[in-house]
Amino acid sequence: MTLENQHIAMDFGGAGDGRTNALGLLLLSMADDEFVIGFSDSEWTGIGPILEEDVAISSIAQDELGHAQALYTLLAELVADGRDADAIAYDRPPEGYLHARLLDHPRGDWAATIVRRYLYDTADAARLQALVDSSHRPLAELVAKIRREERYHLMHVETWLERLARAPGEPRDRLLAALAAMAPDAGTVLAPLPGEPALVRHGIIAEPFAAIEGRWREGVARAFGQLGLPDLPPTRDPGRARADHSQAFRALHTEFTMVRGSEVGATW
Amino acid sequence: MVMTVATPAAASRPVTTAAVRFALTTVHDPEIPTVSIVDLGLVHDIRVEADRIAVELLPTFLACPALEVIRSTVVDALAVFDRPLDVSFTFAVPWTTERLTPAGAAGLRKAGIAPPAEPSAVRCPYCDSSRVAMDSLFGPALCRSLFYCRDCRQPFEAFKVI
Repeated sequence: MTLENQHIAMDFGGAGDGRTNALGLLLLSMADDEFVIGFSDSEWTGIGPILEEDVAISSIAQDELGHAQALYTLLAELVADGRDADAIAYDRPPEGYLHARLLDHPRGDWAATIVRRYLYDTADAARLQALVDSSHRPLAELVAKIRREERYHLMHVETWLERLARAPGEPRDRLLAALAAMAPDAGTVLAPLPGEPALVRHGIIAEPFAAIEGRWREGVARAFGQLGLPDLPPTRDPGRARADHSQAFRALHTEFTMVRGSEVGATW
Repeated sequence: MVMTVATPAAASRPVTTAAVRFALTTVHDPEIPTVSIVDLGLVHDIRVEADRIAVELLPTFLACPALEVIRSTVVDALAVFDRPLDVSFTFAVPWTTERLTPAGAAGLRKAGIAPPAEPSAVRCPYCDSSRVAMDSLFGPALCRSLFYCRDCRQPFEAFKVI
């Protein structure tokens, strides 16, 4: 199997059964998700709505960048083409990133950040759950580590979702507006990857993405039901869940590649 | 009259796992000078081989910015053994708060940080009161939350359970 997206320019090796390709795509999509949401959330540093939340969202963003770094490192070891985690993270054009469309929305207001975090964190938790016993041992070990940290992110965002949903007027209105904009893209995090049959066959992931998405939707429906929030709609254009990145992402990409691009080859 | 005292050459000094572990007790978390990385439970494995010393450490949080500082401090602390070093971080087992030793917990308290406990069981590191309230899950470092003691009226940090 080859990658359809030529801009990723990554040869995952010649494993005839497609295992390496599929695993590489999985690692890259997860790493890009964590990297993009981490970088987006870091935009709140210094302008958070209150001091505690400035610290909280900055810590969460820092965690996500740490997870991205660890995932890019696993990918670098898998591909072994001489590129390190930084090279994979920064040296691609915007078209080469595989993050889910949910993360392509601009930062928006605090309600938008909470909605994006809630939808992403719950979907990511479902994905991580399916990787706990992965046959790729380094991934299973990393996932065990990441889940311990993500627990705190979930506690934080669930508290905020409830706080906004139960506050009539502007807080709830802003929450509903953010949901209307992002809910159709929520399922993009769990849209099937091209290598999914190989991932399942080789025991890298416990079950197909459709099954993971089903469990995730049940959990969200329960939480939304208790808060009187509208049900999630089906995923918009799931076939292009990780393609066609937005203008907002292109602006973000310009920013996060700026320092590395200013002095090519420099060490920090 | 000249007295000669026999001093063993550095190269012949025996290098043992215990000696390496002892040397690591001089390495501290850069933000918590009262706790060594041994008492913090960061040391996963020490292997002394004929041609190198390998140390595997566990990160508390993956994005902890202190990791590189800790790694380079370990390299400095083991330079005395005059043998090639391989100091790395591993996720082979996740670091958990149970790895903290009693001395480590005491060291945290000394630094004004409550040792890890579920939020309902956290006690003030200054006056040991249990009348404390969590201000924020997220504190000045990834590994800590913010609390306030209602008895001694002191804000303090508590190590997160992980």
